[in-house]
Amino acid sequence: MNTVYTKVEQIVGNVITVNASDVGYRELAQVTSTLGTSLAQVIRLEGGRVFLQVFAGSRGIATDAQVRFLGHPMQVPFSEALLGRIFTGSGVPRDAGPTLDHGMIEIAGPSVNPSKRIIPRRMVRTGIPMIDVFNTLVESQKLPIFSVAGEPYNPLLARIALQAEVDVIVLGGMGLKHDDYLFFRDTLEQQGSLSRTVMFVHTASDPVVECLMVPDLALAVAEKFALEKKRVLVLLTDMTNFSDALKEIAITMEQIPSNRGYPGDLYSQLAARYEKAVDFDAAGSITILAVTTMPGDDVTHPVPDNTGYITEGQFYLRNGRIEPFGSLSRLKQFVNGRTRDDHRTLMNVMIQIYAACKESREKRSMGFRMSAWDKKLLDYGDKFESGMMDLTVNIPLEQALELGWRILADCFEPAETGISTKLIDKFWPKGDRTQAPAATPAPVPVAAATR
Amino acid sequence: MNVHHGRVVGVNGNLVTAEFEQPVKQNEVTYVCIGDLRLKSELIRIRGRYAEMQVFEDTSGLRAGDAVEFTGELLSAELGPGLLGQVYDGLQNPLPQLAEECGFFLQRGRYLPALDRTRKWSFTPVATNGATVRSGDTLGTIPEGIFQHRVMVPFGLAGPLTVASIAHAGEVTVESVVARLRDAAGEERDVRVMQRWPVKVPIRAYQERLRPSEPLITKVRIVDTFFPVARGGTYCIPGPFGAGKTVLQQITSRNADVDIVIVAACGERAGEVVETLREFPELTDPRTGRSLMERTLIICNTSSMPVAAREASVYLGVTVAEYYRQMGLNVLLLADSTSRWAQALREVSGRLEEIPGEEAFPAYLESVIAAFYERGGVVRLRDGATGSVTIGGTVSPAGAKFEEPVTQATLKVVGAFHGLSRERSDARRYPAIHPLESWSKYASVVPSADVEHGRRMLRRGNDVGQMMKVVGEEGTSLDDFVVFLAAEYLDASYLQQDAYHDVDAATPAERQAHVYARIHGILRTPMKFPDKDAARRFFQRLTQATNDWNRTPWASPEFAAAERKIDAMVGEVAAVQVKQ
Repeated sequence: MNTVYTKVEQIVGNVITVNASDVGYRELAQVTSTLGTSLAQVIRLEGGRVFLQVFAGSRGIATDAQVRFLGHPMQVPFSEALLGRIFTGSGVPRDAGPTLDHGMIEIAGPSVNPSKRIIPRRMVRTGIPMIDVFNTLVESQKLPIFSVAGEPYNPLLARIALQAEVDVIVLGGMGLKHDDYLFFRDTLEQQGSLSRTVMFVHTASDPVVECLMVPDLALAVAEKFALEKKRVLVLLTDMTNFSDALKEIAITMEQIPSNRGYPGDLYSQLAARYEKAVDFDAAGSITILAVTTMPGDDVTHPVPDNTGYITEGQFYLRNGRIEPFGSLSRLKQFVNGRTRDDHRTLMNVMIQIYAACKESREKRSMGFRMSAWDKKLLDYGDKFESGMMDLTVNIPLEQALELGWRILADCFEPAETGISTKLIDKFWPKGDRTQAPAATPAPVPVAAATR
Repeated sequence: MNVHHGRVVGVNGNLVTAEFEQPVKQNEVTYVCIGDLRLKSELIRIRGRYAEMQVFEDTSGLRAGDAVEFTGELLSAELGPGLLGQVYDGLQNPLPQLAEECGFFLQRGRYLPALDRTRKWSFTPVATNGATVRSGDTLGTIPEGIFQHRVMVPFGLAGPLTVASIAHAGEVTVESVVARLRDAAGEERDVRVMQRWPVKVPIRAYQERLRPSEPLITKVRIVDTFFPVARGGTYCIPGPFGAGKTVLQQITSRNADVDIVIVAACGERAGEVVETLREFPELTDPRTGRSLMERTLIICNTSSMPVAAREASVYLGVTVAEYYRQMGLNVLLLADSTSRWAQALREVSGRLEEIPGEEAFPAYLESVIAAFYERGGVVRLRDGATGSVTIGGTVSPAGAKFEEPVTQATLKVVGAFHGLSRERSDARRYPAIHPLESWSKYASVVPSADVEHGRRMLRRGNDVGQMMKVVGEEGTSLDDFVVFLAAEYLDASYLQQDAYHDVDAATPAERQAHVYARIHGILRTPMKFPDKDAARRFFQRLTQATNDWNRTPWASPEFAAAERKIDAMVGEVAAVQVKQ
């Protein structure tokens, strides 16, 4: 089993080829070169030839480098001792802690039997009104944050990690800037959340192959915790870097690219990771929140496009705010019917009026005359944006709903909102209107104006 | 069958190359062995001494030199009573039973028989001793839920056969021999309740194929009235993510006026299948009053399940559909999503290093898609009954562009196109089928001239709307503005439908004809308004009233009252000459 091979036949990109026998597909090997020892994984068998992807890259590997096969696929240690620890994409400690080598588990395990899944039923509270009220995050959901480079997606992720009511947080960093890695570490540490967090971090300067391992490591650990009845939140940033790593390796392997150089199996590769999100019947759950940066703010780019088909909705982060249009939580209807009577109605009405406001803004920018109704809408738009959309707003769902009613009451007459009388009677704030009623109504019922 | 052996020489993802010595067969099922595990695979290319196979499972740990078994059989489905209500994976493994055996996760190399071998069924013979029968003819029947399941002469048997013996009425299992048939050469063979059929070969044991002419009512107004589907027809639903493809299919699977619905969830989210899995047993089928699950078969090969089995899952679906069609039933196959199947083809093609076509899809993509949709159709069976297979496939176009190869290849072969639009779903106009881009070649539930008029209204309304974006409301004439409002009215009160409202979610054909006739009448009524605001207010009130009407139970007093209210409203604004 532990034969050492010392004849490297071929080195192309990060892939080396040796002639070896009795080697399993996906098995790990240790490759020793002048620059040290690296793990490598078998990615192809062809006749007697074995193709290995070297995690640390092929730089410095000699044709007589030592290749020793380990007889098992990629594994990661699993125990409670993981909490508070930080690892690289090869599973090596990045912090000062000891190496863990007990309770090794295999990564990228089989998928969950669909008949063992259950319909999700618990919301994950984040304290962000744009999420809690309008696109509720649900336990076991897989949701990407679509964002342009430069948006504060990592701070947003860190904030959700800190505030979410979960037992364990697993953070997978792919191609992270070193500063961002330190930001995550320090933020979690300062807020005292590091002790319930496991981090697998690949920074931008680390070997690209390690980037590919990060989601699998993170999700394998998350799955184990979930089976131990823990509610786990997995944060992945940034899946576009992961996809780019896939692209890089596929092209090195001379695979035929499909769209913009990405391999044809990009969808399956992403799905294999995202589908790890699950609510186990009689065990814990895995919720996945991942950042997908959109090159050129283009949602039809293969990475966000494929992601959107896999995930259960998406958050659009634009101009430092979570956009209400385009953002979607497909699972919200499983939970928002049970929070408060007014939740669903308020959610729909506020967005519909905001859509009408956007139209008025468009009209204004084109120089059309503003009616009294338009002016009300414009006023509402400003209040909505500063009161609700601003990411600095940090209030629980119930307070956010109250705030919603107050904004509506500040801007409109009850009838103008199109909300049913029953809800108006129960929730419409009384007596604290800050604005006189407009003289000429002709209100456009919101539903018709939404376009 | 003789099992031959070979050995593994190469592994590249789920593509395994093996060396063989005895003859092998293209597309036969092979098993690649890792120790005790036998991984099911399909032989897809032969080159000299080497056979290339796509393995339906994860190939980790496979070594050069591992054994390969060649079974000599094509990938087949088990067909017999007990299929309905089941939940299968793409290789026809029953998932709930797998879960009992393996727990939370799908273990590779575990295969279970698709049909319960121990369950007892009550068999009644139909054919008599000495009768002459042909493939597909009924030998006997077995009650399966609400249907009379026919035990048929195996579809693969050629020529006229004589019934040498037939079992008496009584209890049988799917493996019981119920008849002996003698062929022209005098050779006899046993016929069991269950038969096997290769999934990629269409079942052709019928008299003739007919033209699909009868509408398949889905109770979705925009579909049945504007873009109808026929029983035995084919249609596709392309749309960007989030536009509501899957919701539309779920609604259809509940309400469609057919005997059996087969849902093939191919490479899509597991969560969506779970909804169907958990909800259907509790929903009642309005046609029969029984659980919806009794007429449903779910085949699920979700996105994280083995990619190679996606292809098998759609073929399994259509094979089972054809099987029930042979019993004179109307079957609807919903495949969600055919793009994932096409992507699986692309992955394999790439590993085989075939010369790629557009967007790296294989050059044979179009013919594969065409052959699949052509398996839909209405047929007259030899006993005079008709049966149909209707196929509805969703397409998930990359980048939401309908020009991409899978959408285009599909559009060439289907009879109806329900294009979903991001614009409409963003505006929460559900179902988000685009009324101007979609089309259908089948007959509607309302007279075609009326539909055509509605379509013209929508087009004109759209034109005015476009113009208004440039010149504003002030620059639009009152007449044009009314056209715009009328089109919006038709859209809001007829095309849009609330999938979550008990009544509005499902509009029967009769009601559609009635409501559309009324709305159409309103659209034809010349109306007079003093100004645009008055016109807008009127149409807003009318939309509100019509939406209320849509939410009243069919043929109830409230329904009639709501209709009278609408009549009165229209009467107020109708131009004088019409009143007289």
